[in-house]
Amino acid sequence: MTRVRNFHAAQWDEPLILELGSPGERGYIPPAVESGIQDVVGPAEELVPAAMRRQAPPQLPEISQPGVLRHYLRLSQMTMGCHITPDASLGTCTMKYSPQINEHLARSPQMSDLHPLQDDETTQGMLEIIYGLEQMLCEISGMSAFTFQPAGGSQAIFANACIIRAYHEDRGEGDLRDEIISTAFSHPIDCAAPAVAGFKVITLMPGPHGYPELDALKAAISPRTAGLMMTNPEDTGIFNPYVEEFTRLVHEAGGLCAYDQANANGILGITRARENGFDLCQFNLHKTFSVPHGSTGGSCGAGGCTEELAKYLPSPKVEFDGERYYWDYDRPDSIGKIRSFHGNLQAVLRSYAWILAHGSEGLRQVAETAVLNNNYLQQLIQQIPGVSIGYDAPGRRLQEVRYSWEPLLEETGVSSEDVRRRMVDFGLQGYFTSHHPMLIPEPFTLEPSESWSRSDLEEYGRVLGHIDSEARDDPEFVQSSPHRASITRIHEDALDTPEQWAMTWRGWKRKYGDVATPNA
Amino acid sequence: METGVAAIDAARPRVGLIVNPIAGMGGRVGLKGTDGPDAVERARSLEAVPVSGERAAIALATLGEKATGGVDIVTAPGELGAFVAQRAGFEPIVVGNESEIAGTSHDTIAYARAIGDAGVDLLLFAGGDGTARNIHDAIGVEIPALGIPTGVKMHSSVFGTNPRAAGELAARFVEMSSGPCRESEVMDIDEDAFREGRVSARLFGYLRVPYQRSLVQGLKSGSTGNELSVLNGIATAIGQWMTDDALWILGPGTTTRHIATVLGLPKTLLGVDLYRNRTVVSQDANEQEILRQLDATPARLVVTPIGGQGYLFGRGNQQLSPAVLRRIGLSNIIVVATPGKLAGLDGASLLVDTGDAALDAELRGYVRVIVNQRQESMQRVT
Repeated sequence: MTRVRNFHAAQWDEPLILELGSPGERGYIPPAVESGIQDVVGPAEELVPAAMRRQAPPQLPEISQPGVLRHYLRLSQMTMGCHITPDASLGTCTMKYSPQINEHLARSPQMSDLHPLQDDETTQGMLEIIYGLEQMLCEISGMSAFTFQPAGGSQAIFANACIIRAYHEDRGEGDLRDEIISTAFSHPIDCAAPAVAGFKVITLMPGPHGYPELDALKAAISPRTAGLMMTNPEDTGIFNPYVEEFTRLVHEAGGLCAYDQANANGILGITRARENGFDLCQFNLHKTFSVPHGSTGGSCGAGGCTEELAKYLPSPKVEFDGERYYWDYDRPDSIGKIRSFHGNLQAVLRSYAWILAHGSEGLRQVAETAVLNNNYLQQLIQQIPGVSIGYDAPGRRLQEVRYSWEPLLEETGVSSEDVRRRMVDFGLQGYFTSHHPMLIPEPFTLEPSESWSRSDLEEYGRVLGHIDSEARDDPEFVQSSPHRASITRIHEDALDTPEQWAMTWRGWKRKYGDVATPNA
Repeated sequence: METGVAAIDAARPRVGLIVNPIAGMGGRVGLKGTDGPDAVERARSLEAVPVSGERAAIALATLGEKATGGVDIVTAPGELGAFVAQRAGFEPIVVGNESEIAGTSHDTIAYARAIGDAGVDLLLFAGGDGTARNIHDAIGVEIPALGIPTGVKMHSSVFGTNPRAAGELAARFVEMSSGPCRESEVMDIDEDAFREGRVSARLFGYLRVPYQRSLVQGLKSGSTGNELSVLNGIATAIGQWMTDDALWILGPGTTTRHIATVLGLPKTLLGVDLYRNRTVVSQDANEQEILRQLDATPARLVVTPIGGQGYLFGRGNQQLSPAVLRRIGLSNIIVVATPGKLAGLDGASLLVDTGDAALDAELRGYVRVIVNQRQESMQRVT
């Protein structure tokens, strides 16, 4: 195909489920409890202690079976199908295709019927998989131990901040070392997580090549330095070639270094955290290691560290005594639990299967293909007259690029937000603009991953080029988009006015009374 | 001046309009501004074309299109506004008459006041930095104002990013029946010096400017969340520090003023104010007064860079002279700025120009900037 698609999304104008049905309407009426059972167990409602019983029934939707099915079918028709749409849009998120066979594994009864309180003897298979994935990630990163308890990258980074704190406390420097250094193009969680852990955060701004200059780091380092928490490549797709100098300087000052490898898609099998001088790292299994995300599955932040720091990892941890696998709770130096039970083990299973399917050669090929795809897409995008790419970076961008529509805005008044809304009219996922701080004006960040074909990328580039032309012919048309999507324009200004937000149905009713559907 | 036709729908929003008809004329003929009668004459002799009215009409047409609830325009006669409003499809309410026009910057000031007196929700003005200064002289921060960029020099952060953006921002402001505003810097440089190749910018004051993501110049990259909560974070960080018995010196600007406001202290916007034990020692102090107050006890100086251009010293705070800075000691200088302001520098360094080359050299390098409570940013100073 060499044209842009003449697409129109389904528009069902569907109310919220809470507005559907009618009082007393039911999808299923369970039979009454048989008297023989009731004689033994007693009335069902008394199974709940009196103090915990609801005084009034919950306000659940009341709706028939076909009503429920129709409602959710319609909603599904109004989605993009993020698992299957060629999604080069959500840069930094590593949206790759996740093989269906791993979904079958994760949803099999052997997995879904597991209970975290089962005896270790009955879960040896799952424990072996957890232990096995730990060994694989150690090989991939150069680290010595991993935890899978964190339910996301942010939680794993928070665990790393807690480990840095525990390390300095053990050395009697907990009060002195209260500063974490991060970089402006790292994910904002590398500032937010240490802040929650009680640290002051110092951010290094990018230099002319897109990454911070060594002198900025030297100026930030002091006896108060507890550690460095950063990504590489950063959000721009630029790899900081001086990273080993960075970690060396922080170590010389007595700090630890934590590598945010949420997105390792450009370096898998090519560089390792340990050889870059890091003491801690984390992988988001739901990004690099093919666990579906974006509301399609539980995520997992796998946190890794050196042998010296392993004692601080969250408890419990799976160990192997040569014969059997077990949960080790006897870990007195651990920072404790970072979440309830053992984490999202379906994510662990999917990643284990995905890594085995690829092998070490295959993992390196993932990174090489992702970088190649990104560089091919970049060649297409930078030919669009309204696009610019900031920073005089050495070498190629790796798995993603942060672009700018600043020339387009100046020439036509059409902004990055406008283009983002318009691209939905062509059946593409609206792109990610930027994390904050938004140092690059009118930003958009594309990451094509290894999954999408050359023709997928060419269609993607064609759509953005087409919108650039539209902006020059009829800027109003682009600014008032989307025109062919499931919903009409959402006013972004509401994002800055918390008074307008309604996070729950109750909140909606309180703020807006009986007004019809909020997104109509 | 008297208000003209009075067929006014009280419920409709009213937007004032004043056009500096000669703004921008110097740009295309390389004159770097048209402040002063000689420059205008020279521009005319070089066959410069007035561009201001044309660009203002684009902004006004956008306003008319986007303000779906309707809007009334209150403006000055002739080429100072009425012509532009008519060209954009409005039937404006005109204050005063054409015979009163003197053809100088006094027109801008007088008509801006008259339009303000007639009662408007927002004053749109078309021009550059010089026009912004006139508007600041006329209305201060009483009435929200927004610049349509038509001038040559636009160092002030009070302009829409382009005429269309200005119109759109004005429309959104009136549609929200007076949306959010923030005080933004009115800067200007000495045009004679500029023509000779020297840049000497001054901070003249602030206008209250409607604010919306990415539509205001000087904030090219949009805001980072809630500006007020960030300012509160900075104020908390300084407030916790300010419990010692040092002499605390707050430089000019809205960021430093917010620190004082949160602490319940008065603060002049453009002045340098001195405090000890959380009480005022001196307000709007000049160099001599600051030196007089600097005794044996330690002093701490809190400064914020000028938005959009990043001057830390030497612009807008010349009272903080080399002698003052040396007495305070460079290690006692505390720099504060919102992340939005730093992002608006577009990757440029913070700047120092104290007039003392040796001191400037000492100030260069990297400085820690407090950007929120327990959050700092390393910024290069050149």
